[in-house]
Amino acid sequence: MAKVLMKGNEAIALAAIKGGVDAFYGYPITPQNEVPEYLSKHLKANGKVFLQAESEVSAINMVYGAAGAGKRVMTSSSSPGIALKQEGISYIAAAELPCVIVSVMRGGPGLGGIQPSQADYYQATRGGGNGDYQLIVYAPESIQETIDIMKESFDIADYYRNPVMVLVDGLIGQMMESVDFDKPVKERFLPEKDWATNGTKNHPGKINVANSLHIDPNNLEKHNIHLQEKYNTIRKNEVRYELVNFDNPDFVIVAYGTMARICRSSIELLEKEGISVGMIRPISLFPYPKEAFTKIPNKVKGLLTCELSHGQMLDDVLIANNGKHKVGFFGRSGGMVPDPEEIVEAIKNFDERVVN
Amino acid sequence: MKKTSNVKVAGFGGQGVMMFGQVLAYSATKDDLFGLWFPSYGPETRGGTANCAVIVSDKQINSPVFKDADHLVAFNLPSLEKFRSNVVENGLILYNGSLIKDEVKEEGKLCIGVPVNDIANELGNVKVANMVMMGAYLGLTNLFSDETIEAVIKKFLGQKKADLLDINMEAIQKGKDYIKDLGVNYA
Repeated sequence: MAKVLMKGNEAIALAAIKGGVDAFYGYPITPQNEVPEYLSKHLKANGKVFLQAESEVSAINMVYGAAGAGKRVMTSSSSPGIALKQEGISYIAAAELPCVIVSVMRGGPGLGGIQPSQADYYQATRGGGNGDYQLIVYAPESIQETIDIMKESFDIADYYRNPVMVLVDGLIGQMMESVDFDKPVKERFLPEKDWATNGTKNHPGKINVANSLHIDPNNLEKHNIHLQEKYNTIRKNEVRYELVNFDNPDFVIVAYGTMARICRSSIELLEKEGISVGMIRPISLFPYPKEAFTKIPNKVKGLLTCELSHGQMLDDVLIANNGKHKVGFFGRSGGMVPDPEEIVEAIKNFDERVVN
Repeated sequence: MKKTSNVKVAGFGGQGVMMFGQVLAYSATKDDLFGLWFPSYGPETRGGTANCAVIVSDKQINSPVFKDADHLVAFNLPSLEKFRSNVVENGLILYNGSLIKDEVKEEGKLCIGVPVNDIANELGNVKVANMVMMGAYLGLTNLFSDETIEAVIKKFLGQKKADLLDINMEAIQKGKDYIKDLGVNYA
């Protein structure tokens, strides 16, 4: 397949099919509707399951059930819809079942708006669900990267028996770009799903249970410790980030997704004015690429965190920075997307931006 | 061509604004360049106006949004008024001369009006006004070859509307001829 021009949401759907999705359960919401629209046409035609549930709560619990049965399952939604799914997401994480959740962020809080936003960083990395659980969260910056990550995310979910969230914003969902679906992704050895609750005829003499209830606190703590060990393995193995223009920067921008892409243009504009700016672009938000911050040269004048929110990833930047450099913040919200010139100004007036 | 072209296309819903933008992005993809198309979506598109942004580049595209366009293609007066101040120095403002009667002047920018509705009506279908505009745009910018555009429009129309290919290509030729007759050089 040569390069094609494709809308982000449709590319997510096709990449899911290429990633081997067996079933999709969802409930409509702008700006991600082309994901289910595309899958509704193509999944059933190939003997797979597409189901529009009566609500987000139903959809995520259908994901829970089908994931428990050992199938490759996904759902997609946008900010308030993802909020409704949080209970189910916590249950799935607790029961250690693999699934892929696509979150196409729009402006919040509440019903908010339908334009692009990154105000669900907390929701994705801190969870709106209860308990000590983590999702594996990827935040691609382009449609191409979204495709590559989507294709791989089912394997990653299966490998760790953990939900993977692909976190993009309405701009990536709604725009069209030239993309290539044939870029190879990492292959993993995936063990048999001998835990699947798919009927005792498939596992004679063995009773498989998908469950998140552990009434005995002793057992529950053991389960939690096991989960923490798994998250530590993920922290060790699955960190992804990109360093941009890191030769000899005066400042370093930290940005992900669409915002990182906008900042790439800001960096070019600043270079023309003789101001050298590097960028740490986290691709995995959990695990957060803390190690990237150790590569920042000592002489750097400061770090500017840029987000389409009022400062959520900023927390992780402050933790990773650990007081070493001055940290500033630039953010827009509610669906307002800055042009590269605004970040150029923020770098030039860095002192006004400092938060620590 | 210039390495990267940031294009703003705007007009009433139904004037083929989105198609105009998508044809550019599809053509970029076909020519193995990088194309990006971003529509205005949601409430701002209801109530009449539609606009989209297109980036055509020979290298990986950075920011998907831009402050000032290299080229503004305005299909009606409200769109022209809304975006005319966001065009770069030496940029191009191409507008619908059938709906915008007063001559448009912006210092340091090339402003060209093309009566695309009138030309399309002469061809017998006002719906191809956007492709008359496309012809004018290509005549000025030389971004894509006729073969590329024809292949893209053919795919765009699909089998259902395959009979419309000829009139679309004719519209593009009329747009190009109009620019040729003006004797303007831009690219």
